[in-house]
Amino acid sequence: MPATTLFEKVWEAHQVTPETEDTPAVLYIDLHLIHEVTSPQAFDELRKRGLKVRRPDKTVATMDHSTPTLPPDERGNWPFIDQLAAKQVKKLEDNCAEFGITLHALGGPHQGIVHVIGPELGLTQPGSTIVCGDSHTSTHGAFGALAHGIGTSEVGHVLATQCLLQRKPKTFAINVEGALQPGVGAKDLVLAVINKIGVGGGTGHVLEFRGEAIRALSMEARMTVCNMAIEAGARAGMIAPDETTFAYLKDREHAPKGEAWDKAVARWKTLRTDEGAVFDREVTIDASQVEPRITYGTNPEMSVGVSETVPQPNTRSDERALAYMGLEAGERMQGKKVDVVFIGSCTNSRIEDLREAAGVMHGRKVAENVRALIVPGSRSIKEQAEAEGLGDIFREAGAQWREPGCSMCIAMNGDQLQPGELAVSTSNRNFEGRQGTGGRTLLAGPATAAAAAVTGMITDARSLQGVEYATV
Amino acid sequence: MQPFKILRSRSVSMPSENIDTDQIIPARFLKVTDKKGLGEKAFYDWRYDKDGRPRTDFVLNTPRALGAGILVAGDNFGCGSSREHAPWALVDFGFRAVVSTSIADIFRNNALKNGLLPIVVDPQFHTRLLKGAGEELEINLWARTIKTEDCESREFEVEPFARYCLMNGMDQLDFLLGQDAQIQAYEQEYVV
Ligand code: SF4
Repeated sequence: MPATTLFEKVWEAHQVTPETEDTPAVLYIDLHLIHEVTSPQAFDELRKRGLKVRRPDKTVATMDHSTPTLPPDERGNWPFIDQLAAKQVKKLEDNCAEFGITLHALGGPHQGIVHVIGPELGLTQPGSTIVCGDSHTSTHGAFGALAHGIGTSEVGHVLATQCLLQRKPKTFAINVEGALQPGVGAKDLVLAVINKIGVGGGTGHVLEFRGEAIRALSMEARMTVCNMAIEAGARAGMIAPDETTFAYLKDREHAPKGEAWDKAVARWKTLRTDEGAVFDREVTIDASQVEPRITYGTNPEMSVGVSETVPQPNTRSDERALAYMGLEAGERMQGKKVDVVFIGSCTNSRIEDLREAAGVMHGRKVAENVRALIVPGSRSIKEQAEAEGLGDIFREAGAQWREPGCSMCIAMNGDQLQPGELAVSTSNRNFEGRQGTGGRTLLAGPATAAAAAVTGMITDARSLQGVEYATV
Repeated sequence: MQPFKILRSRSVSMPSENIDTDQIIPARFLKVTDKKGLGEKAFYDWRYDKDGRPRTDFVLNTPRALGAGILVAGDNFGCGSSREHAPWALVDFGFRAVVSTSIADIFRNNALKNGLLPIVVDPQFHTRLLKGAGEELEINLWARTIKTEDCESREFEVEPFARYCLMNGMDQLDFLLGQDAQIQAYEQEYVV
């Protein structure tokens, strides 16, 4: 047997029909996640053609993008931003009912951001193929799954046939050697990776994150890393499963139980890149050199260490980005006043992220000039955070501690920046207007965001007194 | 879907790099549950000022954009969100082809399913196309060529299956549905 990569193992195992010169591979999909924004037109197509959902048992829906993060009123009515949002959510309910699909609906015990609830429920499993009409499906690759975002036409394909047409992508190893310094997290690491390979650097490739620093990461941190693989343009990001993965999954609702668990673990242990397997591309990054990072431009590649200055623009696009951001080359990032802090999104809304933020905010107050929104990734995370006393820390600090959802990451539900506002955000995209027309986004990890909330400016969280770092 | 064979149309240039799908169609317009009318919202925040008035300096608001079917854009076009609303909006606006030095994966896949041909060309030819904004280009999908008014031309690559579907106006789902026997066999052997 030739030496193969993790990606190739998962790919091979899911080929219904291998690719030929004329046709792409037909790839079997183990788990199809859907949400309200990218599915309605796909269900319409099914209805138009009189088709059924082939495997409703492998399809799971939730609502997260258009949903409010303020609680419902006494009569149970949720404060939707407008009729369209309410209608979109209702449409998903109707479609799930009509086609027999499990839905984690608004207010339900497992509702949340689609990429947060999949892992949480144990639906996301090593070696599986996972798709969703959402680019951050790459998150699930943290478990050694082959997971990628698809468009609405493809959502229709998978609903109807449980299969996807795919050309085999190339492979790209991201070797992260050494250890992260205390106070430097997964978000800082992945921003450093994207900065190195570029916002289009992963196009056509599946990234495999490997090396000592990756092995040392928790599952939450690995999800943060794989989540942002798409921000380098990659088809997917993957990390080989190990004891950390198995410990996370054990006893989760949909994880195998008893004998089936043992068998599954034995199988999952084979999911690794063989010694001598060749990647199409490789880069190596020294984790010990990574600083807490923050973006200064309008794509996730444009980041610097938080203690650094805004770099000189190289292209017209860079100039345009700086003009949009209202930043000047040579200007120090630290000390820049901010208006809004958003802690949430499928990148950084899990329990560890909230602990990290709470560690900084504990005993402090949100600065007067700042509006701080903390939005947990799921209902279960919210409950856990309450149980751990994190909710109290956020409330006492004067932050808005919201209901689960995508919220200001995509600003579809009314949680948004006003034109010109500058935000430190733990989400994944700093595109023009992403968090609201005219809004300006600086991406960073939870500690940096929390430090900005309590100081009112861009701050290196490591400079604050008494902040303890959870070891990753 | 209308078959795509030969397209003769004028081009417009948007030289910015990394034009993401949030720019092509901002998220607040994704609350629709059908595909209609998205062209009006294409590049909304670049096309209109905060009071909703067209920005006269934006290329799609200039007379030469009228009837232009080919968008020549900067590197890494269509990055970001997987929203298929982006190609829906471009097609509804009237585009049938996008030309760049590289095009993001998910966008390219989505475009091909909607009769919008993504074309990657070398940087030199790309610069030539950007300069020639407004000229009539000829795209021949059968020959896989793109030609300028002064007959400079290049071959481009298209995934063969997507090309076949485009040229015949065929929906890729029909092919997948035709794989039913293979899918059943796979499920019986490997899927619980
Ligand atoms: S949190 Fe943001 S990136 Fe993640 S699924 Fe929601 S909108 Fe997309």
